[in-house]
Formats: sequence, C-alpha cells, structure tokens
Amino acid sequence: MNLSYSECSARERLAALLDAGSFHEWLPPQARITSPHLAQLGVPSSFDDGVAIGRGRLAGQDVFVAAQEGAFMGGGVGEVHGAKLVGLLRRAQRERPRAVLLLAESGGVRLHEANAGLIGVSEVMRAVFDLRATGVPVLVLIGGANGCFGGMGLVARCADRVIISDVGRLAMSGPEVIEASHGVEEFDARDRALVWRTTGGKHRYLLGDADALVDDDVAAFRQAALDWLDRPRPLDLAALEAEHTLLAERQRQAQGCDDARELWQRLGVPEPASVPDLEVAALRPLRPALPETP
Amino acid sequence: MHWNELATALFGPDHGLQAEGALITGTVSFDGQPMAVIGTIDHAPIGVELALRQARAVLDLMAQHPGRPLLLLVDTQGQQLRRHDELLGINRAMAHLAACVDQARRRGHRVIALVYDQALSGGFLATGLMADACYALPAAEIRVMRLPAMARVTKIAEERLQALSQSNPVFAPGVANYVAMGGIQGLWEGDLAAALRQALQTAPREDQRAALGAERAGRRCAAPVIQQVLDAA
Repeated sequence: MNLSYSECSARERLAALLDAGSFHEWLPPQARITSPHLAQLGVPSSFDDGVAIGRGRLAGQDVFVAAQEGAFMGGGVGEVHGAKLVGLLRRAQRERPRAVLLLAESGGVRLHEANAGLIGVSEVMRAVFDLRATGVPVLVLIGGANGCFGGMGLVARCADRVIISDVGRLAMSGPEVIEASHGVEEFDARDRALVWRTTGGKHRYLLGDADALVDDDVAAFRQAALDWLDRPRPLDLAALEAEHTLLAERQRQAQGCDDARELWQRLGVPEPASVPDLEVAALRPLRPALPETP
Repeated sequence: MHWNELATALFGPDHGLQAEGALITGTVSFDGQPMAVIGTIDHAPIGVELALRQARAVLDLMAQHPGRPLLLLVDTQGQQLRRHDELLGINRAMAHLAACVDQARRRGHRVIALVYDQALSGGFLATGLMADACYALPAAEIRVMRLPAMARVTKIAEERLQALSQSNPVFAPGVANYVAMGGIQGLWEGDLAAALRQALQTAPREDQRAALGAERAGRRCAAPVIQQVLDAA
C-alpha cells in the first residue's frame, strides 16, 4: 500500500522507512530538551526541537537517522536542533554505522534564533565533511511539504547522495524571498508551475542535483536509500575538479536562461514541455547522461 | 574598511592584490612566506558565478601550492537572490565552494577567514564559516536578519527583541554576539598583521565553536546537547 512520504510526520517517516520497530531515538521528546530561546520569546516550543535523531536498521544494516519535523517551525534549524544533528554526525564518526540518513524538511535557519541557527548549520556542514572523510556516507532524503531550503539546501549538497521525490523541493532561497527582494517579475511565488519547475524534484533530478527521483511513497524512499547506501562519493581533489567542471559547463550552457523548460532543452532533455506532466517512471530515462561519478 | 586599506594594513602598500569584479585573488608575502588571499568586495552577493570563481581559486591553490596558507576576506550581502541562480542550483555551487575550503583544510592548508565588512547568511556559510577559524574587525556586521525584519517575520515586537538581545546574543545581529556564540573566534584590533600572525599560530584545526560558545556563555545549549547525543544510551 502506498504511504505518502510528504503527508507523514518525521517519526512516521522513520517508522515506515526503517525495519519495523528498529528505530531507537536519542534525546526523545520525553527528555524534553527544548529551545530556551523560543521560551524567552514566548513562542511554543517542541520537546524535540523539531528533529528526531537515533539509530535503526535498514534491511538489517545499522544506520543513524535524523528526521526534521516540518510541522514545527517549518523544520527551521535552531541551536538545539542543529546541535542534535551535529551530535548524531559526530557519534557516527565514532561508531561507524553503514550510513547516516538525513530526512530533511526545513526552511533553513530558524529566524527566531537565527544567529545560533546559522552557526549551527555551518557546524552541521563541517560535521558532514568530517564524517564523509572517514568513509561513512551521508544520504539526504527530501520529500516533505516544506522542501529543503536555505542552510539545509546547502547541507543536502554537502552530503554523498540526495534522494528526492517529485513533490520534494531543493533550493537555496524560497520563491517568496526572491520575489520580496527583486519583485514579482523576477520570481512570481504564486505561480506554482514556475516554482515547481525551478526548485522541484524533477528539475533537480534532470540536472543531476539529486541522484534518485522517487514517487511520494515511503517504500520508494526506502528502496532508493538501499540502492544508494553503498555508493559513497569520496571527496578528493579529483572529485572536486570533476564537480567543478560539471558546474562550470552547466553555467556556460545556462547563460541568459531563466526558465527550466529552456534549460532542459539546452541540456538535451527530449520533449522538455512534457516534463511537468510525466510520471516519475517515465521521466527518469529522460535525464541527459551525466559524467560518471565514482 | 575598504579592502585595499585592509590589505595595506596587513601586507604593506605593495601587497599586489587586485580586484576583478567582485573578487580579489592573489598571493601576498607575509613574514617572508607566500600566502594566498581570496575575497569578495562591495558586499557582493554570492551567486553561482562568484561561488565557482572562488572555488576555482581554492582548487588552483591546492593543486599548485600544497600547504600554502589561505586567508579568506569576507564581505557579502548573502546569497544571490535570483531565479537564474536558483534554477542552476545555487545551493550546489555554494556547497561545492564549502567542500573546496574544507578540502584545503584537510590537506593541511591553514585557512583563516576575516569578516572585514559585512557577512550575511548564505554567502557566509560557504566561506568564512568553513575556515579553521573566522575572525572579524570590530566594525564589521554579521547577521542573518536585522531586528525590524526579524520582528516582522516572527511577529514579536521589535522593542521586545531589542530588550531580550541585551542578555541573549542569539537574538541580535553584531560581531560581539557572534564572538560570544563562538562563531567568531576573535576580533582583530590594533595591529592587524600581528592579529593574523597570532591566528595562523593558534587557530584550532578542529571545529570547537560549540565549546567556545558554551565557555563564552553566548550559546550555552549546543555543546551540552552534542555531548548528550554522544552519551545517550
């Protein structure tokens, strides 16, 4: 039976993604580790500060997991929230699970405690790189209603692999922020089709910013996580040069291009106009060949 | 401070650094040793292009001059807020830049960052905050958001935020607050060259910012929470 990933809460996702009953949470809600800053502001807090972390099993293999709760402040990263992620990544360095799965759903830095959130996100980024350097891969799963934006959009691309659904979104600044800054002509945040083809899962997959595109189904995410579990992306000078070549070439191809349909055309996607209407399975073969990644 | 004034204070009038568009790159001599400098000027927004240009400079440094120290000069208004950049995947370009800076550290380059003017959110994440340690000039400005904007977004009165920020650095912008939170290692005052010399010798190679934030009482939760996760049964 299809269980919508986007409609699940963070803990529902973990329960359905991992082997049944295998999730063991660290600093669970019962521990009541909340944000003192929200309390000071008189804003309701959450007993897990919006993220569940712990260990579990995926087809019998030990993994560490974190799931951000989009329903709490849009998954925004505050001081405690960020520290839980950093703690998980550092613990993974010590205990070396098969992989770390980050179920990201976040608008980025939590603006109520923005300074601490910004530093926290940078600590997460460094912890991700530290962990990758030891050979434990980090996989980011994106398919929540709030997407994966801001600092978490950066974190996602600091990881080894990204798995996204067709209703997932991955970007830096939200359309509303861009519209507020440069006007509705720059980015009409209410034009849903435009928003989806600029930040949505299909676009990210076609560009190679996501390794896997899946349906909005927890079982599909589980299968994709298993498929990519043993494919770390080691970072060395050669890998960074390859990434640079790819990004520089893309920038060259996209010169003067502001719309995804035009960009897909230039990148050689067959029938780019049909992309928004295609099912996931029909879209996957349309991705232009990407350079071989290790 | 203007970047040229800063470069002169650090490396003398013949520093040899040049700006090309919003980017400064070059090699200076510091205490008789070569040092690479990469920086942005005029509060440059970091878009795909500027992220890639900086990444290119870091990659060239690693390939051509293994081990040479790197000074990152930070002045940015944040990430470029354009649809074109989002379409291209600005987050991937910035993550690539962050990965390059991280890789330089890992390969033994000393990486010191200095916020000499302005450091805002996204643009800061990919460079200054990825260094061994990030410092700031006292007159620099570091923030995600100004208080009036934060008041609008959070629907909390600006006066209240202002009052709370007197005792809690998490709420208000400012370099002193970032020092208290451990995000900024320290301020460079007086003899800037001496401050750089000191940084090259003492900047931590591991990420100790959470511990620093606890020690300085500006970010009290991060370090204990990290420890609790490490210790949890």
